[in-house]
Amino acid sequence: MNRIGYFFLYLALIVVAMFQILPLIWLFIFSLKDNREIFAGSPFSLPSEFRWENYAKVWDGGIGIYFFNSVWITVVAIILTVLFASMATFAITRMKWKLSGLVLGLFMIGLMIPIHSALIPLYSMFMGAGMIDNPWSIVLTYTAYNLPITMMILLGFYYTLPKEVEEAAIIDGCSIHRMFFRIILPMTTPVMATTVVINMIYNWNEFVFVNTFISSEKYKTLTVGIQNFIGQYMTDWGAIGATLIISVLPIIIAFIFFSNKVVEGISSSAVKG
Amino acid sequence: MKRKGHILIGGLSLSIFQNMGLNAMNKVMSNKLHIALYIAPALLLVSVLVFIPLILSGYYGLMDWDGIGAKTFIGLENYINGIQDSKFWDSALHSFLLAVFSTLSLAIYLAVSIILASKIKGADLLRKIYLIPMLLSSVAIAQLWIKVYNPSSGILNTFLRSIGIENPPNWLADPAIVLFAIFIPILWQYAGFYILIYYAALKNIPESLIEAARIDGATPFQIATRIKLPLIKEVVSVTIVLAIVGSLKYFDLIYVMTAGGPNGASEVMASYMYKLAFNSYNFGYGSAIGFLLLIITMIVTAIVRKVTATKERIEY
Repeated sequence: MNRIGYFFLYLALIVVAMFQILPLIWLFIFSLKDNREIFAGSPFSLPSEFRWENYAKVWDGGIGIYFFNSVWITVVAIILTVLFASMATFAITRMKWKLSGLVLGLFMIGLMIPIHSALIPLYSMFMGAGMIDNPWSIVLTYTAYNLPITMMILLGFYYTLPKEVEEAAIIDGCSIHRMFFRIILPMTTPVMATTVVINMIYNWNEFVFVNTFISSEKYKTLTVGIQNFIGQYMTDWGAIGATLIISVLPIIIAFIFFSNKVVEGISSSAVKG
Repeated sequence: MKRKGHILIGGLSLSIFQNMGLNAMNKVMSNKLHIALYIAPALLLVSVLVFIPLILSGYYGLMDWDGIGAKTFIGLENYINGIQDSKFWDSALHSFLLAVFSTLSLAIYLAVSIILASKIKGADLLRKIYLIPMLLSSVAIAQLWIKVYNPSSGILNTFLRSIGIENPPNWLADPAIVLFAIFIPILWQYAGFYILIYYAALKNIPESLIEAARIDGATPFQIATRIKLPLIKEVVSVTIVLAIVGSLKYFDLIYVMTAGGPNGASEVMASYMYKLAFNSYNFGYGSAIGFLLLIITMIVTAIVRKVTATKERIEY
């Protein structure tokens, strides 16, 4: 192709990139301005003075607790999901039993169902168990709903593990638990890393379960917390911008460091969409 | 001779050794207790928190229930009401319109991916930039786009006024355009995802095929439409399923941006169900709508799979 042709191709790609990135740049710029500047100045002009105090204000205003909740709920749910999914995938791909295909199929159906159809019964189940407004209802729900996608990502890797490793371990008198935790799990580190990143994105961003099961401010996560929070700051754009930037920052940082894992995870989680 | 015998015995003893290993291994790996122990946590969680609620949803749909008091069995009344409920069908129509928009937008993503996969420098960086919105929560996306659409200070209307449009629309308050306005952030959010999938598929096409076509005198456009597209047909049908089924489940973004408004103009199936249960405390009817959502999703998935299924597997 000639140079003019390539010029237009690059132009098209850059226009798409601008569309994807400009709203976020605008968000970051207005998070550092005050209302006077936002309403009077041009949208992409840099602030005359960087108002980092917008960030300090919303952090002290109570967003810190939401942030803390998001972190621990995300981390605990990731640990449980990846551990249970690895164990189940190990049982399905490496152990010999008749129903393994059927059980695998059951997990894979879990990839397709609309979660909202299960919401009302889940709410009444947690209500019955006295677990409404309890963060563990969120941890368990995240774990359950992310197990199918996590197993799907793990499956391919487990199928390719060489049988000789297990054989050698057993001949050496290794127990199955020791073999799983000391040999198999360490071997699957690369694919586990992918599932950790994907689970992190899902858990950090989840909204509807927390919005439905949690009512106390002290248990809310960022996604739900910022909803109320932004309500309070209805007209203070700088504060709203700072809140949103704080809420997306951990994921953006994770993406900068692990972009290849994210790309891998998102492509292999295509079924969930 | 001697050496040969040695090898033979060596091989024999190795195979005996292997058999012993295999037997020991089969014993360990088909131990029922071990299997149960490893499968139980995941299976229990998914059964109790995913499958049982789905079944219960259908059952609760048969009840008159406010979520707190006693349930009264009323047979199929909720389901019949649901089928006759014009608000439900309006929300279903909006969900289907979003599904149609999402499917049509796949053509844009595909075009971008074809360009991206045609020996572009920096393609890897570009597709990562495209992916960024996909990583953000729907709540943050919704809040950001509420600001983008702000009638007086949002970037969209600021831009429209700067190019001379005096009265740009109030995007989220106008029932005639709100659904389109909501679709733009959806397009923004998922662009990177679909481009990623198409790009990976296009990169899998062997260079020799493209080269052969080029030598035969095919134009870049012909290469794209006659060679590349047919070769990634299977991936395209997967993405059509994803786009349609995903659209039927939209909730977070719409709930935060418009809460279904103005006046139900952007209500979708999931948001309608949510409001029935958690705003109007109509748990029985909400469950019935939730169950209808499940059934509609399953039927549509089956139909779309059937229609888009590619008969021959492509090998190269």
